This record gives sequence, C-alpha cells and structure tokens, in this order.
Amino acid sequence: MNKKGSTFYLLLIPVLLWLVVLIVTPHLDLMFRSFRLETDEGNMIFSLNNYLTFFQDKIYWLTFVKTALYSIFVTFLAFVVTFPVAFYLTKVVGKRYSGFMTLLLLIPIWIGELVTVYGWMILLRDNGVINNFLMRIGLIKSPIEMLFTNFSMTIGLLYMSMLFMIVPMMSALDSLDDSLIEAASDLGASKWTIFRQIIIPYTTPGIVSGGIIVFMLVIGDYVAPNILGGKSSLWFTEQIYNKFLASFNWSEGAAFGFLLLLLSSTIIWIALKLTGQKLERVGS
Amino acid sequence: MSYVLEIKNVTKKFGDFKAVDSVSFDVEDGGFFSILGGSGCGKTTLLRMISGFEEVTKGELLIRGKSMEGIPPERRPVNIVFQNLALFPMMNVEKNVAFGLQRQRLPKSEVNTRVAEMLERVGLTGFEKKKVTELSGGQRQRVAIARSLVLRPSILLLDEPLGALDRKLREHMKVELKMLQKEIGTTFIYITHDQSEALVMSDRVAVMNEGRFEQIDTPKNLYKNPATSFVAGFVGESNEFDVTSYVDGELTTRNGCKLNKKDLDFQPGKLFMRPEAFILNPTEELEDIELINMKVKTILFDGSNTKISATIKQSQDEVLISLPQNAQFEDLQEGDDIQAGIHSDDIKCYRD
Repeated sequence: MNKKGSTFYLLLIPVLLWLVVLIVTPHLDLMFRSFRLETDEGNMIFSLNNYLTFFQDKIYWLTFVKTALYSIFVTFLAFVVTFPVAFYLTKVVGKRYSGFMTLLLLIPIWIGELVTVYGWMILLRDNGVINNFLMRIGLIKSPIEMLFTNFSMTIGLLYMSMLFMIVPMMSALDSLDDSLIEAASDLGASKWTIFRQIIIPYTTPGIVSGGIIVFMLVIGDYVAPNILGGKSSLWFTEQIYNKFLASFNWSEGAAFGFLLLLLSSTIIWIALKLTGQKLERVGS
Repeated sequence: MSYVLEIKNVTKKFGDFKAVDSVSFDVEDGGFFSILGGSGCGKTTLLRMISGFEEVTKGELLIRGKSMEGIPPERRPVNIVFQNLALFPMMNVEKNVAFGLQRQRLPKSEVNTRVAEMLERVGLTGFEKKKVTELSGGQRQRVAIARSLVLRPSILLLDEPLGALDRKLREHMKVELKMLQKEIGTTFIYITHDQSEALVMSDRVAVMNEGRFEQIDTPKNLYKNPATSFVAGFVGESNEFDVTSYVDGELTTRNGCKLNKKDLDFQPGKLFMRPEAFILNPTEELEDIELINMKVKTILFDGSNTKISATIKQSQDEVLISLPQNAQFEDLQEGDDIQAGIHSDDIKCYRD
C-alpha cells in the first residue's frame, strides 16, 4: 500500500509541475496584470479600466462577436464536411483500406499550418490556380476576389481544424454496431430517420469532443485569419496580439485574453448543456 | 392451410460461392419453423434474404403470396430479432419498443397502448423507463422480441437470439419462447446451430448443410428417421461407423464388426446407432435383436444422461451407450464384460 502510494505521487510530480509552472502561474500573472493600471505618476493601481476599454470601443466587441459566430460556423462546417468521410472510412470501406486511408487523411497535419496556408494562397489568389482554371474554361471573364476575404479565412480555418473532428468521430462510429442500423431499417425506419435517430444520438459524444477541439483551435487561431483573412477580416486573437506587441499594453492584452477564455468556455458549456453531454464523458 | 412464406428454388451466390443452393420450402401460417445447421451452412444468409438485407440471386421468395423482389427491409412484413439483439442503447425500454410504431406514424395514444400491451405480454410492465443497458440478459431478450412483435409482423425471424445467454437461462427461455409463440400465433422462423433449441421449440425443423436443405420434418421424425447421413450425425447423438461390405443381409464395419440388417436395396456406406437404442443384457424373447459383446471402457456419469463408453470385442470399435434411468446398472465397473442388444430397425444405414 505504502509503496504503491509513493509511486503514485512520484508519477504525479511531472503532471503537477506542468500544470503549475506552465499553465496556472502564467495565467495568474496575466489575471493580476489585467486588473492593473499604471497611473500618470507611474504607480500601479487596481482598476477595471482594461476591461472597460473593450466595451467602450465598438471595434473590439464587434470583432469579439464575429470571432465567436465564425468559430461556431466553422465547427459546424467541419462536422458537415467530415461526417460523410468518417462514415465512409468506418462503415463503407473495408477494414483493410480504412487504416491506410486514415493515414493519408492525416498527412496535412505533418506539414504545418503556415505551409498549408500559403498553399491556399496559391490556389485562391487573383491569378491563382482556381481563377485561372475558371477563366480558361470560360466560366468567368475576370478573376473573382477570393483571397483576403472572410471566405478565404473560413476555408483556411476549416482546413486547419477539420481533421481533429474526424478522429473522435471515427472512433464513435467504429463502436456503432452495424446491426443497430439494420435493426432500425428492419423496424421500418428510412435512411434519414436512421441517421437522425440512431447514428447521430449514438455518435454525439464523439461529435461533441471533436467539436470542442475544433472550436478551441479555431477561436484561438492566429495564422489563418491573419494571412488568409487579410485586413478586412479581423479576428479577436489579432486584437490581443496587437495589444501585446504593437502597443505594448500588456494589461489590456491580458484583459482581452481573459475575455476570450471566458467566451470560449461559455460557448462550450452551452454546447455541452444543449447536447446533454458531460465533459468527463466527452473527454475520454 | 395457407402458406405465409414460400421459397422457390432460391439461390444466393457471393462471387462464385453458393451460400444458399436452390432451396425450396413453405412455412404454414402460425407455425414455429426452425432452420438448424452448423456455422457457415447458409442459414443466416437465408434469413437475411427473407428479411431483405440480401438480394436473392435466383429463385422466388413470396410472403403471403406476394413476391418480395425489390422490396427493401423497411417495407417487408417481417421483423428480425438479431443475434446480439441490437437494442438501441440510447433509448429506454419503452422507446425501443415504440420505435417501429412511430415509424408508421400512428397516433401517439395508439402507440402508447400497443407498447403497454406488448410489455405486459412479455412481463416487462414497470420497466418502461429503464435503460436497456440496465436489464438482465433475459429481459433484454424480451425487449428485443417485444420490439419486433409490437409491429404485428407476418413472420418473426429469430437469429440465434439465445446464443449469448448462460445455460440455465437458455433452457428457461426456450420454454418461454415456445409458449409465447403459441399464445400470440405469429409465425416464428428460428435460426440455430443448437439442435436442442430446434427440437424443443419447433413444429417443423429444416436441417441445412452446405447451402442445401437435407430434410424438413417434425422434430420427432427428424430424430427417429433421419433422411440422410448428415442429419443422422447432426441431430442427436449417434454412433457412426463406416460400412465396408453388405453381403446376404450382413453388414461389416471397417474394423470388422458384423451386424445383420435385412432387405436393404442399396449398398450402404455408413451406419448409425443411437446410444439409447441399445438394450443392456437383453432377455432372450426379444426378436430381431443384434447381440454384441462388449467390454466397459469408461463410465461417463452425467446424472440422468449417464453413458458408458464400451469397446466391441469383435472389432475394437468404441460405442457410447445410454444407461437406463433405473438403478439396474449402478454397480457397473470399468473392465466389466457386457452384452448389448440393438433392434435391427435401429441400425440406420445410408449410402454415403
């Protein structure tokens, strides 16, 4: 008993170190910072001013709302795009090929976001591959402006995050016994009913856990909105970045960071409530 | 008598492999029909063709006189109880049973009454709100049956649903299923590899082997008069011997045991003798009895099903013999000499 106990605590040390040193401490520091204000005399005083800035300037909370809505939208798109793929890989393709095909699917993750984002730029720019092709076949006369818009930003965010949706969804679908689908069909259910009443409820834990990962990645992403979105597509992480590195206002940056944390946590909490899931279950 | 199911020369091919090979049979309305066969004999494929999950390669399949060609599973008047039951884990008992009725867009009040009626019939009243994962094996079984029966199908197909239960419960469920079928009168088609399940429950049993039906008969006839050597070996226990010659009404087994069997009009290749057909130390006055001298090798005690394994002196062949229920042979010892008699009608001979 005693020996077992000591091993347990020994193994707990790295986890605790990681949590305390790399996560809790910097966050506490940021939290204190976010409530501090430097007076004209150079003294630090407690103040809510940093948070007030956010509500006083329209651009900040408009970006905030836009970031939230787009993140939800991209998460939803990721589900729509990846669900058929996950279903195909687990239920249609045989076991022999699905492993290999899943591996192929994960290749973009090896490359790194920055490179794939530049890849999208080559495809989407005015004299890029897509515009060239459309003009060549005569569908359009002049190039469509796709790059540096909300459209290109959405594509970039989706591409970067959607693979993280597939893996939990595939494991949920994998555990779904085919005979459940057959039983539902035998009892008179149409394909749509089977999808809605059997497959979706059964895979909800996988969808929610994949959704949380995608949502967190998207809402906190900086590269895709910054490079593909250009000037017209503001993302809240860019505001935080600007506070820290452009205007060197760490206090306001910290306050904004906490607002983003609050926002993402709230949305995830609502999503869990709506789908009737528990965080522990989704996390496992 | 009308037929609820007619199968005419049905064949199912997977590539070049014939899983079901021109099978024909009819099932009478309200009967309990079993298909008995080992794994890979094609019985599950046959069931999946009746339910519509597999297409028929060749032949015709009629339910209540109507061809089922091109009709998908959801529109056929048959329902399956799956081998693993396939209850919906995210729904409670009530919702599982109501699932099919809701698909028919029946009014809510009717759905509720029919679900309640069905749950009462299978003895699950009070379990409506329970999760199916909280039920015992037998209860889950009954939910699966209720879920199908509530739709009042023409035929209920059962795909070895007792396979996963422990032995005691299986024995119990056998009786329960038979009673339930008698009570509601729906035609049951039951697939199994367990001969005892098939014999106990069914009105008629089809024995299937390598995609073909060997025999369709009542359980009693199947046991008493197997039509082929496969049936003789598969249904019930039997002592099987290769026959090497048949001359002047005398059979000789491979190892040289000689038995008299009159009036066979073919050259037999195999003979079968049931363990319970032997009479130990028979009295003189019995007629047509073949007497065989043996030595007791081992005693296989199994309560009411106790047998002895004995060696035939003449040929060193081994045979299993059932001991009578009375205590007559209680002090039989290993190594004892014993004489066993068998009526020549109980020596079943087959061509191959």
